[in-house]
This record gives sequence, structure tokens and C-alpha cells, in this order.
Amino acid sequence: MSYATALRCRECHREYPLAAHHVCEFCFGPVEVTYDYDRLRRNVTRESIERGPASLWRYRDFLPVDADAAIDIGAGYTPLIRAKNLGKALGLNNLYIKNDTVNPTWSFKDRVVAVAASRARELGFQKLACASTGNLANSVSAHAAAAGMEAVVFIPTNLELGKVLGSLIYAPTLVKVRGNYDDVNRLCAELAGQYEWAFVNVNVRPYYSEGSKTLGFEVAEQLGWRAPDHCVVPMASGSLYVKIRKGLEELAKAGIIDEPKTRMSGAQATGCSPIATAWQEGTLNFRPQKPDTIAKSLAIGNPADGYYSLVQLRDTNGGCGNVTDEEIIAGMKLLAETEGIFGETAGGVTIASLKQLAERGTIHPDELTVAFITGAGFKTVEAVVDHLQPALEIDPTIESFDRAYAAGHLTEAIA
Amino acid sequence: MSVKRVRFTFPEALIQEPVIYLMGHEFRVITNVRMADVDEKTGWVILELEGDADEIDRSLAWAQAKGVRIDPVTGDVVEG
Repeated sequence: MSYATALRCRECHREYPLAAHHVCEFCFGPVEVTYDYDRLRRNVTRESIERGPASLWRYRDFLPVDADAAIDIGAGYTPLIRAKNLGKALGLNNLYIKNDTVNPTWSFKDRVVAVAASRARELGFQKLACASTGNLANSVSAHAAAAGMEAVVFIPTNLELGKVLGSLIYAPTLVKVRGNYDDVNRLCAELAGQYEWAFVNVNVRPYYSEGSKTLGFEVAEQLGWRAPDHCVVPMASGSLYVKIRKGLEELAKAGIIDEPKTRMSGAQATGCSPIATAWQEGTLNFRPQKPDTIAKSLAIGNPADGYYSLVQLRDTNGGCGNVTDEEIIAGMKLLAETEGIFGETAGGVTIASLKQLAERGTIHPDELTVAFITGAGFKTVEAVVDHLQPALEIDPTIESFDRAYAAGHLTEAIA
Repeated sequence: MSVKRVRFTFPEALIQEPVIYLMGHEFRVITNVRMADVDEKTGWVILELEGDADEIDRSLAWAQAKGVRIDPVTGDVVEG
């Protein structure tokens, strides 16, 4: 049985029943799920969590879904890797990478969709929908297929092929919307208001965003039940960034870890940096932007949790990376070449921001730092295809190989 | 009759203009400011509009043409 008790407005604290409801009727503040923490504290232990499945559902007591209703395609419980090589390159002595590229549809969106889809089914919805630049559409399509639900997903026309096929294989109704980003956004906001479907990041958003907490739970468990000193998290809507910290705080409320003192830093691409820009200007009032970046999975110009992200940056003494497309590509390559992880462009944003924050001294070299890599690079090969060393092409002879290999190494030596 | 909630973001150049007042005069829509934060450089307003659906759309197109940015109150719906 879930320990969730109500939806509560983050602004005026009015409470609502646990229905498909995402915004406070009085002040338009976002609503979020609250739990009976006293009961959680009495009933949930490290051992009870450790006995759970090797997926995010091991943390089911902290999620707003009855465990029996869970749609489990294996999301979560991804590796936390001690990144010694990358740490050495950046001057960080205690660096970890949370590798969320290995989720079922190769992004952290499987966490949020697993929870949203499960709750949507509990609430009686038969259709799952979303508007997405790729990862979310892939995950909604996959979860709907596994749950026997219908999926209707809306995407802009200019998406990378990998992200389009990554939805189509699960046979959803895939709708390509002609128009610029604002047009697609406006249309989908109206559709979400008109159709009685579970739009995962609109009317069931309070449940959806709870899935992000599981990254905080896992990191704490994988570190031996302690919170990291510093997290570096990519920011799109800002929800992931805020919820990782909520996860750590909930573990402390349940008596499972000590009170977290984790500093939370964010990462944005310069081509879509409403939060990073407001942070640099010292204001909590961000200005919406028109996205123009290769990091399309972070291209949210009007972030729903932008304000709360800025508050958390301030309250946890974090910092915010703001990196160019060139730095993003360099970040993707650096992660791959040092740790063997091929992250998507959002991963490049995180690594480039990690570098920026380390160089500025925002991250202290000995802090236990976790950087979150949230999607796999094969979805965005277009971003790096022209920036990699080409293969050696040879005739099927040893002489040809020797010549090409020597020439390749000669080039390296000259470079 | 329809009701629509939107978020207006004003650029600096429009801060001194009574855009919402003019909108209520130019179009047959009832404007209701539900939340706002405006300073000398920028500002946002969450606005509830009531009226015929087409008239609301025309009024929003007019405001957009004046330079107001118009977004859903929940922030961007399209996600990564």
C-alpha cells in the first residue's frame, strides 16, 4: 500500500486528493505528492529496501503507486561508477558517474514514466500521451506497450532519426507536428486540456516527477547509505534537479540516512539556459528563451520548475554550468574517452558543466561528487558524427594495415 | 464561453504599456489577473481570459504581435 497521502500546493500548501491534478486552483502553484513520513519511518528500513527488486520499484514505499499496480520494464537501479580517469582529468579526487544511459529505453525518462504510467493506469486512464523531443516519447511508447495501453506521442518534425525510431518500434500513434518549438508547445498544451488522456508531464505530472527521486535514493544506497557532498545535474524543466534532492531529504525523514548537506549544481546549454542565465544575473525570476542548442533533450525555454531550481541553487550553495555546443561535444568525447560511457548531448552538457564548475573552484577537489548522465549517445549520433577520428580504411593485406597504422600514429605524433 | 489561462511575459519595452487594459477594450474578453510579478525591466502575469474561444485566440494573437511572450501556465509541455 502506498504511503502517499495527498497532493499539496508548493506555494499555498492547499491539499488535493490523489487524482489527475497538476496545478493549484487558487494560486496556480504546482502540486506535489506528500507522504505519511511517520509511518514510513516506522515501517521502512535499509534492509526492507535491499530486499526489493533490482529496479526503481525497490523504493516503492516512497512512490505514489501501489506496488501491485507497478508497470515494471526494468527501469532504474543503474550503475554508479567511480570515475577515476575523468576525475583525474578534471582535478576531482572523489568523482562518481551515475550512468542512467542503461535504462530500458536508454534514458532516465523511464523512471518518471514508470511511475506516471503506473499511476495513470491506477486512476483508470487507458491512453498515455506526451509531447517530446525524443526520450520521453520513447519511454511513454515502451511503457504503454508493456502495459497494454494506447500511446499517443507528439514530436517536432526535426528530430534525430534515432529518437523517432526509438518510439516507432513500440507502435504508438506518433504525431509529427509541423511548426517551431513554440507552436508545438502551444498546440500540445491545448490538446492536453481537451483530451481525457494521461499526458504524463501535464495532468499526471505530480506522479511523473516523483520518479526522479529514485536517482537520489539509488545514489545514497550505492554509496553505502549516505548522501553525496555535491551533485551535478542537467536541467531542462528543473524537475530532475529538484527531485534528486527531495529523494535524499525523504530518506533522511524516514531515518534511513543522515540529514543531507548535499550541494546541488545544475548544467544547462547556452542555447537554452533560462535557469543558468537567471542564476548568473542573481535573480529568481527567469526569462523564458527560444531554445537553439544541439542538446534537444534539455531544450525547455520556459521551465516548469525553473523558480524552484533557482531557490535550490541558492539554498544548497550550488553553481550552474552554462556551456556552448562546442563544449557539449567536447564533454561527450571526454566522458567516452575517460570512462567508456557514450552519453547523449545532455551528458555532454553535464560533463562540460562539471569541468566548468571544477575550474571555477565551485566543486572542491575532495568533495564526493556525483554527475548524472541521463541518456545514451546512440540517440544523438548526429551531434558527434563530424567530430570523431575517422576509421582507417585498408586493403586486406598486412602491408596496407602497417602503412595505414603508421600513418595514423604519425598524424597523432605531429598533432 | 471558454476560459483560458496563460502566462504573459513582458519585455522591458512594454513594461509601461497598459497591455491588459487595452486588450480588454479591443476584444470582448474578460481579463482576470491571478498572479503577477513585474519590475522595471521585466515582468510576468498569469492571466485568466473568459469569452468566445475565437475572440480569446484573436486577443492573444494581438498581444503576441505587440511583443508579449505567451506560454502555458504550467511551463513548457514539450519535454526531452
